[in-house]
Amino acid sequence: MNRTLKKVGFWASVFVLVSPAVLVFLWMISLSLKNELDNTAFPPVFIPNPPTLKNYVDVFAQNNFGLYLWNSILVTGGAVLLGLLVGVPAGYGIARGKAHKFAVLILVARMTPALSYLIPLFLLFQITGLVGSITALVITHLVITIPIIVWIMIGYFENVPMELEDASRIDGATTWQAFRHVALPLAKPGIVVGGILAFIFSWNNFIFSVVLGGKASRTLPSAVYNSLTFEQISWGPLAAAALLVTLPVLLVTVVAQRQIVAGLSAGGLKDG
Amino acid sequence: MTSTSLPADLASPAPAGAASASADFTPRYWLFSLPAVLVIGAVIVFPWLFTLYMSGQDWKIGGGVEFVGLGNFAELMKDQRFIESMGHTAYFTVLAVVLPIVFGTAAALVFHREFPFRGLLRTIFVMPMMATPVAVALVWTMMFHPQLGVLNYLLSLVGIGPSGWVYEPSTVIPTLVLVEVWHWTPLVMLIVLGGLAGLPREPYESALIDGANDWHMFRHITLPLVWPFIMVAIVIRTIDALKAFDTIFVITQGGPGTASETLNIFLYLQAFQFYKIGYASAVVVIFFVIIIMLSLLLLYARQKSKWNA
Repeated sequence: MNRTLKKVGFWASVFVLVSPAVLVFLWMISLSLKNELDNTAFPPVFIPNPPTLKNYVDVFAQNNFGLYLWNSILVTGGAVLLGLLVGVPAGYGIARGKAHKFAVLILVARMTPALSYLIPLFLLFQITGLVGSITALVITHLVITIPIIVWIMIGYFENVPMELEDASRIDGATTWQAFRHVALPLAKPGIVVGGILAFIFSWNNFIFSVVLGGKASRTLPSAVYNSLTFEQISWGPLAAAALLVTLPVLLVTVVAQRQIVAGLSAGGLKDG
Repeated sequence: MTSTSLPADLASPAPAGAASASADFTPRYWLFSLPAVLVIGAVIVFPWLFTLYMSGQDWKIGGGVEFVGLGNFAELMKDQRFIESMGHTAYFTVLAVVLPIVFGTAAALVFHREFPFRGLLRTIFVMPMMATPVAVALVWTMMFHPQLGVLNYLLSLVGIGPSGWVYEPSTVIPTLVLVEVWHWTPLVMLIVLGGLAGLPREPYESALIDGANDWHMFRHITLPLVWPFIMVAIVIRTIDALKAFDTIFVITQGGPGTASETLNIFLYLQAFQFYKIGYASAVVVIFFVIIIMLSLLLLYARQKSKWNA
């Protein structure tokens, strides 16, 4: 009897914990599948009846959603690739060279509000005429991707035993070869984790594109935000757009939740 | 999806490494960091220095630059709006740290147990943390709608009158905290779960023999042992709460009036609405000092969790 009670209590707490997440996402889906009449009905209509895909069609038809999606892919893709290219060797250099001060600098960079980089970079891009370009956004997103990649790679390279590299060097490998053929393959999980987290935080970033993005170079989050102000509130398409914006990130979370969990409990910091 | 996917050693990526390289190897590793040094110098360190320089100037875009020394800071101290934004930030931060810590720790205790579908349920639980803040904020905005919002309807079902949510100065900050709690409780959960994974079994066994109940075991064994992890979570949450921007900006833009104008929103408005670059830079510097102090605290907390874990 007591055991059953405990079991019920336990499952009740699981239910309470998971329901806020479930309810918000379900409501998002519900809004996106209802027509405008049902969306503004009171009391609210919970189950779309009949569900309509019109909102999704509208999102693509009425806005430049395709363009913004492409912008997001370019900006995030570019920033993550450049971040890996620069950040992975740096993580190795810091871990092996014991550049602790540089590591602390990276940590501070992770903690500085993203907003505070914007003023100087905004002025810089204005002078160089890059405001409103994809290039400016890619460069600015490096502020997000590089610190997280470097920070995570330091941890992974520190766990790669030095002995293996020493052995390869005795066999005549250069430092670069020891990195390229010994340490790098062993740190592959770290590259995956760093890449995924950098992707998520860069994809989710909003404020850089609000300030630096032009009409044609906006990324998805700021484009969706702008559609709210410009076309008045039309809930269905807005919910559909919001869902589409966050869908890639949620899919990555489901597929790679193990790596994300590992990376976050290790890196422990979000961007912003 | 066993608990082994959670590294028990939270401190592992900390800069203090255990590698065995001898010191004379150091210079050759510099080349690996060189590209990052250049890029970080350009996009991170240059902005820091430029901001510091600018904080001493009086400059509005379109006007001339004039050196004012600490004038911007003196002006800030007299700026009612700035002082109020500090107050809002403090109010928001305290709530947005305490609540996720309590809920996140409770959640970690639950997810530490073995139960069917744990992996799936944990993935669902973690999702809010990953979701694009802007996208979710838009949906929250719809839910907070005073007449048509689903939340006031749900309240009416349980016999509670409609709340003003983000449309009333008295409720706007707690409401924004609600969104923040929704987003970031999972991060606390993950950090504490990492701590729980490394706990020894013996103290519990002997406590059971001594007839301790669940609460006693939590209070006197679990809590002290995972406390270093909770401390790390507290510092991370504090920094993140101070930095909170996207959801506040999208949902209220600091309103109604300036009731939810936090430091970050104030900073944004000064810089990109009023184009008072020098003034905004001074805000960044103050912000930066606060963050640096907290960063030191984090490093300390990390070290501490390392010693105890």
